[in-house]
Amino acid sequence: MNITVASAALAVNEKLNIKKRRIKNGKSKTRLSLVTGTHGDELEGQYLAYMVGSYIDEHIDLLDGIVDIYPALNPMGIDSITRGIPMFDLDMNRIFPGSKNGTMAEVICSAIADDLAGSDICIDVHSSNIFLREIPQIRMSVPTAETLLSYAEMMNVDLVWIHESATVLESTLAHTLNTRGTKTLVVEMGVGMRITKQYCDQLFDGVFNLMKELGMWKGETAFVRTPIISQGREVGFVNSDAAGIFVPCAAFGDTVKKGDHIGDVVDPLTSAVVEKVEAVCDGMLFTLREYPVVYGGSLLARILQPGVSGGGEK
Amino acid sequence: MKKKVLFSLRSPYREQLDIIGFCFGSGRKTAAIVGAMRGNEVQQMFVCSRMVQELKKLEAQGKITDGCEIMVIPCVNYYSMNIGKRFWAMDNTDINRMFPGYDLGETTQRIADGLFSQIKDFEYGIQLASFYQPGNFLPHVKMMDTGFNDPKLMKDFGLEFGLIRKPRPYDTTTLNYNWQVWETKAFSVYANATEDIDEDAADDAVYSILRFLDKHKAVNTTTPLGYNTKIINEANTMQIRSEHAGIFKSLIEIGKRVDKGDVLGVITDPLDGELISEIKSTVSGTVYFEYHDPLINSNTVCFKIIK
Repeated sequence: MNITVASAALAVNEKLNIKKRRIKNGKSKTRLSLVTGTHGDELEGQYLAYMVGSYIDEHIDLLDGIVDIYPALNPMGIDSITRGIPMFDLDMNRIFPGSKNGTMAEVICSAIADDLAGSDICIDVHSSNIFLREIPQIRMSVPTAETLLSYAEMMNVDLVWIHESATVLESTLAHTLNTRGTKTLVVEMGVGMRITKQYCDQLFDGVFNLMKELGMWKGETAFVRTPIISQGREVGFVNSDAAGIFVPCAAFGDTVKKGDHIGDVVDPLTSAVVEKVEAVCDGMLFTLREYPVVYGGSLLARILQPGVSGGGEK
Repeated sequence: MKKKVLFSLRSPYREQLDIIGFCFGSGRKTAAIVGAMRGNEVQQMFVCSRMVQELKKLEAQGKITDGCEIMVIPCVNYYSMNIGKRFWAMDNTDINRMFPGYDLGETTQRIADGLFSQIKDFEYGIQLASFYQPGNFLPHVKMMDTGFNDPKLMKDFGLEFGLIRKPRPYDTTTLNYNWQVWETKAFSVYANATEDIDEDAADDAVYSILRFLDKHKAVNTTTPLGYNTKIINEANTMQIRSEHAGIFKSLIEIGKRVDKGDVLGVITDPLDGELISEIKSTVSGTVYFEYHDPLINSNTVCFKIIK
């Protein structure tokens, strides 16, 4: 059953409609919401939404509960390859919980948050942006970790990144829902504007494992991996100091030692290596730059090592 | 006047970005005035360029107070201005959502840090601000209610209205908010336009800043008589939103007084021209914001009224 969660009239002969699909079977009222497409340049969740929905369709008798799939919170953004809401300054994931009496974007966000609230669990799927590739991971703030960590461990991700909370992140969808008592996991994986089938397959197994653990799925599920938990570890950030073209020589997911050569920033005009990029610490490369053009400050890699955690939600 | 490069950033394909500051007087860091941080803030840059002209004249006349330094930074993000983008050209991030910045962080965090490190120690901070929607503002001054600042200081600009805004989570990374956290008394001055130049409104903004600087004895100058500024909490102003979408036409000018029930604008069907809705004022007061774009979506703020 397709349901319009929020709607607003656009200037010329069109409505902005936020839709969800509800799949329901059995007697249980346990509800899992799979939500994605907040940022229009993040597409990994599109394929995951399709996979989850189509698999349940094929095995509907194994479902005992409600699965709500929201594939596109920002449909105009996805349609126009725009990260934010077109013609709106603020990131959509910085204006939750929205307002019933606010601007168009705030009214939409308010309706989305109200519709999602009350789910037993919500999975908010993000990709990285077009610049970085990320291993499948779940991010959560320290205050929510006690509630969320056990669920995150069921999700077949490689990493659970527990970061300090920040005031600016109080306006995310996940913060809004967690504050309202709806447990919400923020998934981050892959790269912007692309679909990484391998990661979607991995998360697919995690979603069904979670459903099984919640008593919503009676079918067989795949064995899930145990994620690395960032708590007690430090995340090393590798930023470019020079401007040019970044060419990595380490592979995504590699384990590196501090000082290892992981890539170069080169100048195509002078044919010079303008920066030799080295690992800032020992650990695993769990983020690696995908888009080659860099300025001073461009993030090139993140490395997970033992120490104190840091970072942030999308 | 001294022209200083406050921060530089190398680009792979363009000339180096140099953020320029114009410094007048020397000694105690008294006032920093920041213009365009977005690529479409042409009016904000223009007001600052006018301030540079006025301060040059005052300096030549010996009317910058001894021991006071005033810095004007007309344009932080001309990279985006030169290619017609509002946000940072490479990754579309907003420099004004990156404060206080981070010198080892991402590019726009480094720009924010490079700028903020140069302006955070000033006693007064004045930002020429723009609104995220296309529209015109009655020149006014605004400050965030962080508890660090005295709203009555807004009276010293002599603009008709001074608004107090309660910060939201997304405001906590703006220049204005962080200035206050670092104990600078920070204000946003709205000079009507953004992408167009409105010379009258620019004059009002320049006079208001000079009035403020004169009041605080940073300069010695005479300006046209200002208003007895009315200080208002932004939450007590009325936002009038469109209930429908279509072609928008405003029927009122900013600065006009309206009564409850007055028709402020109309929306017509963009295809057949039929009148869809009349936008009526729900309160009596002064219009201080007017949406300025022929096309309008539903739930768009089209007028703001000070009751």
